[in-house]
Amino acid sequence: MSDFVTLVINGIAVEMPAGSMVSAAILKTGTYAFRRSVTGEPRGPLCGMGICFECRVTIDGEQHCRSCQTVCRNGMDVRTDG
Amino acid sequence: MGNAHDLLVVGAGPAGMAAAWRAAQNGLRVCVVDDNPAAGGQIWRGGPPEAQVWFERIRSVDVEVINGARVFQQLRPGTLLAETTSGVGELSYKSLVLATGARERFLPFPGWTLPNVMGAGGLQALVKTGLPIEGKRVVVAGSGPLLLAVAAYLRGHGANVLLIAEQAPAFRLARFGAGLILPPGKLSQGWKLKRDFSRKGAKAQSKPRFLSSCWVSEAHGTEKLESVTLVRGAKRWQVSCDYLACGFHLIPNVELAELLGCDTEFGHVKVNAFQQTTVANVYSAGETTGIGGLELSLVEGEIAGLAAAGKHDAARELFPVRVRQRKFADLLNRTFALRDELKYLSTPETIVCRCEDVTLERLQGHTSWRAAKLQTRCGMGPCQGRVCGGAVEFLFGWRATSVRPPMLPVRISSLIRK
Repeated sequence: MSDFVTLVINGIAVEMPAGSMVSAAILKTGTYAFRRSVTGEPRGPLCGMGICFECRVTIDGEQHCRSCQTVCRNGMDVRTDG
Repeated sequence: MGNAHDLLVVGAGPAGMAAAWRAAQNGLRVCVVDDNPAAGGQIWRGGPPEAQVWFERIRSVDVEVINGARVFQQLRPGTLLAETTSGVGELSYKSLVLATGARERFLPFPGWTLPNVMGAGGLQALVKTGLPIEGKRVVVAGSGPLLLAVAAYLRGHGANVLLIAEQAPAFRLARFGAGLILPPGKLSQGWKLKRDFSRKGAKAQSKPRFLSSCWVSEAHGTEKLESVTLVRGAKRWQVSCDYLACGFHLIPNVELAELLGCDTEFGHVKVNAFQQTTVANVYSAGETTGIGGLELSLVEGEIAGLAAAGKHDAARELFPVRVRQRKFADLLNRTFALRDELKYLSTPETIVCRCEDVTLERLQGHTSWRAAKLQTRCGMGPCQGRVCGGAVEFLFGWRATSVRPPMLPVRISSLIRK
């Protein structure tokens, strides 16, 4: 098993150490707004442990995935909505 | 998932691991289920060296560990439902240990919803799971021993920790420091860091200031955090930063216990001497039964595991350890009690419920959590009040009531039972 995985975030390939979370990968790309709130405010991760749901993104077509609880996998397609 | 386990443990942090180990040692068929992708809970995220003895203990016994599964509902007494990425499963048990841990308490202040304003443990978790923090300017603020541990961790990973702002006053912190001679616990290590930080002669650029009676009154930025305003006495000043790591101590995760009908008191699960809740065959251990730190969580977990295995005499032998650690917990919670000034940071337009964007002014005038929920949708979004619940409890004295299934957002397909 390789020590690194490559995933695609908003169309850009990002290499992360194996075991990294998607939330960390998104921030690494310089994207801080993961989504928009119900009134349109930019939001990013808050709790880092799956409680707050602020870091929701679309992963491989599935909406509302908590990026802080999802481990990066090779070829993963991640879309933020911020 | 499948057949009934002798013991099901919800939560694979220190308390859950200790309970599982003791129960399995004594012949029970044990299953541990946890929401996170790996065992260890929050404090042992990433499996640090000091936790290896416990990971080894779990490996040494026959325990089934299910990661990445979130318990969201009780199907019937003795059976819980958990959702994973691949589907939904039934978890049946004869006895249950609830070791669901704690979360950070967040308090609203202007700008706290900006991206890059995070929990203290929140930012640490992100760094532990791959976020590069080297050279980033971080303000650590809020309350509790976690702040020091987080600051030390971030600094160790190259962050430029500018300041640690602890809202508790110096005289309480001094008493807490003195109290550390009581428990030979891990938590005290965090406190020793304060002395290291404060000591003159440390490298200037890497020495963060620790300020007691100090807090963030406002976060500034448009699309993301750019700076924070700090308050200490009559002094008020602004600091530019990349991240604000801000949490106000911890609150127990009691939602599953409440769903199962366990009584709570003072915001934590009520247990007897053997860590048994008010529901038969349901035990609880660790932060869920009151914030007390790692060592208390471990001993409570061991007691719960032994009691569930019917080894009450062996459990009794651990009572003195628990007494000692509870004294420390009491001191901890007195030390980091929140000051009233923090209730008045928000303006009428400040958002309190982040899921539904409910502002402070929309909550004012309501008489209860329930009334506010019905009128404003506060606490009715995806987090189900886990973030704003701790805030409104502090701001208005409202306690969240009536946990209903599903406890968390789940896929529709998970709710449809054949």
